[in-house]
Amino acid sequence: MAILVDPAPVRPMSPLWGTVASVRRELADTITLHVEPAGGELAFAPGQFTMLYQFGIGEVPISISGDPAQPEQLVQTIRRAGAVTNALCDLLPGDPIGVRGPFGNPWPVEAAEGGDAVFVGGGIGLAPLRPAIFAVLANRARYSDVVLLYGARSPQELLYAQQLREWGARFDMTVLVTVDRGEANWTGSVGVVTKLVRRGPYDPEETTAFVCGPEIMMRFAAAELLKRGVVRSQIYLSMERNMKCGFGSCGHCQTGRMFVCSDGPVFTLRDSARYLRRLER
Amino acid sequence: MTTDLEATLAGHPFFYDMEPEHVAALAAVATPARFGVGKQIIKQGEVADACYLVLDGDAALEIVIPGKGPQVIQTLHAGDIIGWSWLFAPYEWSFDAQALTPVRAIRFDAPALREAKAADPLLNAELMERFAEVLVMRLQAARLQLMDLYGNSR
Repeated sequence: MAILVDPAPVRPMSPLWGTVASVRRELADTITLHVEPAGGELAFAPGQFTMLYQFGIGEVPISISGDPAQPEQLVQTIRRAGAVTNALCDLLPGDPIGVRGPFGNPWPVEAAEGGDAVFVGGGIGLAPLRPAIFAVLANRARYSDVVLLYGARSPQELLYAQQLREWGARFDMTVLVTVDRGEANWTGSVGVVTKLVRRGPYDPEETTAFVCGPEIMMRFAAAELLKRGVVRSQIYLSMERNMKCGFGSCGHCQTGRMFVCSDGPVFTLRDSARYLRRLER
Repeated sequence: MTTDLEATLAGHPFFYDMEPEHVAALAAVATPARFGVGKQIIKQGEVADACYLVLDGDAALEIVIPGKGPQVIQTLHAGDIIGWSWLFAPYEWSFDAQALTPVRAIRFDAPALREAKAADPLLNAELMERFAEVLVMRLQAARLQLMDLYGNSR
């Protein structure tokens, strides 16, 4: 007689323990962790996030910023903003780190195939876009123009500066960078990122746009994309709310009828526009 | 017969859909201009005797802060307008602008432009509406810059 054994209960709130392989200082308050995930790899799609956990302190949602073709290393860029992110930014190689996920829906990079892929990032908002850029560049022939429009506060606060230079040196990609405040040795563009939307080299009618940054920036960037003629349903934004469980159960990130963690974080402008103007308490 | 300048103006987004006689009136007070790298386009405190429409190249709009030197407020590129001060008395530049890369532009003679506006109310309305739209965009951009969007919220 066969003995029936219940499968191990799924415990989606329990983190798996990975190990910090390396820490890269990006900016004064921002680091990138390279984590060896439990089980050797963590497959993810561009735009997804994980919940990163520090024992005794708490958990935060952080977008995955690595290459989806390299799941053996979980790459996450974190800015100091509170107790948990401070603890994460203080991690050293060899330290354990709790990871749940990946969660959320991905950037639909395949929606841009056959047309132009335009990425609009502001500040640390470049981190969630980076896996999508990797994915597009990995299948570069499937796209027409690939354009990255990126804005930061100052030249010292350009995230992934080396990567920006490498992408900018490619013949098959256009990278336009602007900063809100120039400095004496800065010879690049000064002004808000929305202005780059107006002059970026892409065909609006054939464009799929992926936008990530502070919500006010996304609002104005989306308005400029619409003004340029990009179709509302072809503009995708990554929203951030108070995500907790990661799978649409706890309700912390509920925004209207949507759970940002499970219905999002990637939404079309059509689905998210009303929430960009709503005051969150 | 349409001149090269008229054709350039008519094809420019700023003058999109403008009546041909208005384009001709503007072309009549316009001349091509070129600025090499580092060349001053406008200078704070001097008479605002022109308005520039950038065709190619990049320019920096700057203000000199005592003790800190020139600070770039904004960079301007193809399609941008350089200079509002010619619109209102005392017609004096408020900022400096210099070419960051070779700049090719159309220069409008400001006194002649003001005369043309005064002589034709429709042209005046047309121009003011277009300039107002650009001014609103600049104001919005300046407000976003002031908000320090990318700063940490702590």
